Amino acid sequence: MSTTPATAESAPQTGTQLVKRGMAEQLKGGVIMDVVTPEQAKIAEDAGAVAVMALERVPADIRKDGGVARMSDPDMIEGIINAVSIPVMAKARIGHFVEAQVIQSLGVDYIDESEVLTPADEVNHINKWNFTTPFVCGATNLGEALRRIAEGAAMIRSKGEAGTGNVVEATRHMRTILGDIRKLAALEEDELFVAAKNLQAPYALVKEVAELGKLPVVMFTAGGIATPADAAMMMQLGAEGVFVGSGIFKSGDPAKRAKAIVEATTHFEDADIIAKVSRGLGEAMVGINIDTLPESERYAGRGW
Amino acid sequence: MSSPTIGVLAVQGDVREHAVALAEAGALARPVRKPEEIAEVDALVIPGGESTTMSKLAVTFGLFAPLRERVAAGMPVYGSCAGMIMLADKILDGRADQETVGGIDMTVRRNAFGRQNQSFEADVAFKPAPESPVHGVFIRAPWVESVGAGVEVLATLESGPYEGRVVAVRQGNLVATSFHPELTPDRRVHEYFVGLVRDAV
Repeated sequence: MSTTPATAESAPQTGTQLVKRGMAEQLKGGVIMDVVTPEQAKIAEDAGAVAVMALERVPADIRKDGGVARMSDPDMIEGIINAVSIPVMAKARIGHFVEAQVIQSLGVDYIDESEVLTPADEVNHINKWNFTTPFVCGATNLGEALRRIAEGAAMIRSKGEAGTGNVVEATRHMRTILGDIRKLAALEEDELFVAAKNLQAPYALVKEVAELGKLPVVMFTAGGIATPADAAMMMQLGAEGVFVGSGIFKSGDPAKRAKAIVEATTHFEDADIIAKVSRGLGEAMVGINIDTLPESERYAGRGW
Repeated sequence: MSSPTIGVLAVQGDVREHAVALAEAGALARPVRKPEEIAEVDALVIPGGESTTMSKLAVTFGLFAPLRERVAAGMPVYGSCAGMIMLADKILDGRADQETVGGIDMTVRRNAFGRQNQSFEADVAFKPAPESPVHGVFIRAPWVESVGAGVEVLATLESGPYEGRVVAVRQGNLVATSFHPELTPDRRVHEYFVGLVRDAV
């Protein structure tokens, strides 16, 4: 037994809100890339990705193949962990807390409770406070973002429409969330109670956002980013970083495109640099027009 | 007292938090992304982030040569976490192609405390602020494996599983911490650095 209180105080505390949210702060200004093999993970790391997202199929292939999309094989996640030294994220189905437990036990750095996979619970999301590993969750508007944060999400990404190579939904969700925040910040304190009711979000979080003028956690963009200009546009709109899924490894020259998107994300306000890195990237992923997508194939509507 | 202009290397990482901390500690903070911007600041902070990404972008955008030049000429630099790695003369567990600015005669081990599940908070006795410990936030953090004779150790973890690990150092005008004071409201580490910058310029 220690006799000095200072010793007890300085015992390391893991899994705290600060280390979970703080981890996301370290990813800011960076690009997180979907990878399905250790080789792709290495290409992503070589290109300057701040983290990789390990999954079994990129969203474009999940769309093509259909069926139930689940957590990846632990062997595959472990293979990617062993292949790179940057942080590794992995996806669990919405509400599937056991997939999340498995991912945590593998030593993954961040769990994405993702609408790209087939939801496992149509009512409840995972209680993310129960985990040491931090979670990122998707959102299409401020109320949804705050409900995820109330459940313990330490990072938010705007959903966009994954696997389409079409940035239009990412734009919509980024503008909606940031517009909702601006509206909240303009309200009087007396009006925040009803705002919380309308947003279907906890009052304390609504008040915090109104005071900060931003979410209390880092917000990235996702879902349809395919070019350096797409990434820079999301950053100019107010994203703090970028997830790129199918956009890299479904393109003609993944290594070159990955590096170009990383560079455009850093210099998102410099059109000369964005122009330079956009040259000669080869073919972008073909992409899908959202209005040809039936409602049942839209992922952004999953989660509530 | 005049306010020094302190840049925050803004290629990637928690730039905003350092800029806020510097402003609260009495400096004018501005982002630095391009080689020519390095000449325009009195001092620099290299933030937390992914050190391999920072290294790559610093190579691509030609930042290493002007950074090393100014460090050699005595520009004060403070690095937290990834920034500590960037100030180390030698690194362990980095990528084979990973470059650093260097300047502090130390060997730093990247991700030394483990993966995110091992990230932790702990009180740290920071010598320049002896009145009470600072709250250390360690996120996939590096530690200092060894230091040369000219390096002053500013903080060592005093208890727990990592007892004895060096987590803050200074050599000349260069300061580095394994932890992230920018993520806490306590401004003493940034005030210490701003004071050092005032003395230097």
